[in-house]
Amino acid sequence: MLSYKNHTEKISLLKEGKITLRENVSFFLERIQKYSHLNAYNFIFDDCLHQADLIGKKIKDGNAGKLAGIVVAIKDVLALKDRPLTCSSNILKNFQSIYTATAVQKLIDEDAIIIGKTNCDEFAMGSSNENSAFGAVLNPIDNSRVPGGSSGGSAVAVAAYLCDVSLGTDTGGSIRQPAAFCGIYGLKPTYGRISRFGLTAFASSFDTIGPFARSIEDIALVLSVISEYDEKDSTSQNIYAPDFSTNLNSNKKFKIGLPKEYFAEGLNEETRNAIFEKVEQLKKDGYEIIDIQLPHTEYSIATYYILTTAEASSNLARFDGARYGYRSKQSGNLIDMYVNSRSEGFGLEVKRRIMLGTYVLSAGYYDAYYRKAQKVRRLLKQDFDKAFEKVDIILTPTTPTTAFKIGEKSNDPLEMYLSDIYTTSANLAGIPGINIPIAKDKEGLPIGMQLMAKQFDEKILLEFGKYLEKNFN
Amino acid sequence: MSVTKKDVENIASLARLKFNDEELENFTHQLNQILSYVEKLNELNTENVEPLSHPVENNNVFRSDELKTSVTTEEALKNAPDRTEEFFKAPKVINQE
Repeated sequence: MLSYKNHTEKISLLKEGKITLRENVSFFLERIQKYSHLNAYNFIFDDCLHQADLIGKKIKDGNAGKLAGIVVAIKDVLALKDRPLTCSSNILKNFQSIYTATAVQKLIDEDAIIIGKTNCDEFAMGSSNENSAFGAVLNPIDNSRVPGGSSGGSAVAVAAYLCDVSLGTDTGGSIRQPAAFCGIYGLKPTYGRISRFGLTAFASSFDTIGPFARSIEDIALVLSVISEYDEKDSTSQNIYAPDFSTNLNSNKKFKIGLPKEYFAEGLNEETRNAIFEKVEQLKKDGYEIIDIQLPHTEYSIATYYILTTAEASSNLARFDGARYGYRSKQSGNLIDMYVNSRSEGFGLEVKRRIMLGTYVLSAGYYDAYYRKAQKVRRLLKQDFDKAFEKVDIILTPTTPTTAFKIGEKSNDPLEMYLSDIYTTSANLAGIPGINIPIAKDKEGLPIGMQLMAKQFDEKILLEFGKYLEKNFN
Repeated sequence: MSVTKKDVENIASLARLKFNDEELENFTHQLNQILSYVEKLNELNTENVEPLSHPVENNNVFRSDELKTSVTTEEALKNAPDRTEEFFKAPKVINQE
């Protein structure tokens, strides 16, 4: 498909003149056309060939940045100045960003080429990429199935070779779950590792930005570039970010924990077997595998949906038809403008979450739901704190099943929510997690393994991920 | 706890949303389904647990009070659904019949 496996190889080929950046970008543009039925992109940027020429020259002249010529797709919840930012919602249909997200700017500063913006669930709310004003995204491996969500377009763009790498966002699994369904790598960093400036807020204490790639090297490279404290996001952490690309081949024998709660009822048999097959290999390779407990796991989904919908209902109050976004024609008075603009502009799942969030925050219910959930959030985080006293990495399935059929869960919100069962905990605890593609089921659908580590310990996830990539693929 | 159709209508008005009858019925059913699921949390005794509002617990972040340039008026008004030269234009708020 491509003559390189990661960006380091691509740069070498470009420097040796074996490929040109213009041809490379054209290759992706042609494939985007050919696979337009996958609906991965909301917008393609027509200046990317021009960018290819400029950056191609920089590479020749030897003054190009770390990401010179890497072709990146970004989820359409991230701002890029003077480009549309829709969050796949009708309420932002004609919106143009007036500034650029810090994470995106860092890519551009290192000479990445932004090829376009990817489709996603509206305001990143969903697990299937069926909730989009631009229509559903299809799984490239089986077009009758969902690619996962909410960053479905970003996952498909990488899996179907419609770009080199992409950025998605993860509030409860929205990077790891689509990465699992599409058979690629996807990393949710520690909360606060990467600035959220320019990311449209869904649930501010959960939202993270992270990369999708076809190799651990590219995940590490992109993460190194976008990790930095940013004074424009007061929750971004002023903490040392190592060069994640160095020493990936450490082969260090990390202590691996298996939480029994993640292998209980509800886990698909083939997925379980695939994971345990790898675990057995790891034991043979000399890894210490330790059974651990995360006893509050069964409360994670309930906690997650109370807290994130509460934060969403408050964050999405800004869409009122007054200053930007869609304004209803029926805006005779101020209240009508609010009500009609929001009712006509938002899709069903977004409204459902605003309703749930408004309810759990309303007078009389705040303590029973919202405050209760905040307390359980601490219990969930303490589970992880305890587990990480004993192990370096927690190994679990990423999803209970492989990619499900389009329409299969769309009429049952609770069942859809439960498909995030293994991913929401990392967001509740603020810890990093990564999807590693490890196998395929009988039908050829990818099976994903999730690795989680302590806050700000992404490095060991990448080192161990590299070991798995080298030995088990 | 369960919600009635009337409750759902009240929540909608708090959220500045409106729904037709069928949507209200659906939401009542779905919200009850979700709320009865989240009741699960009541199995846990959390009496002595401090609420956790942020996964990375931080002290307040301060910055010095310096004047910095921000977006221009033109940029701020770029996405306005309706505007005058320098202002957002919204429906009349006061003196309505």
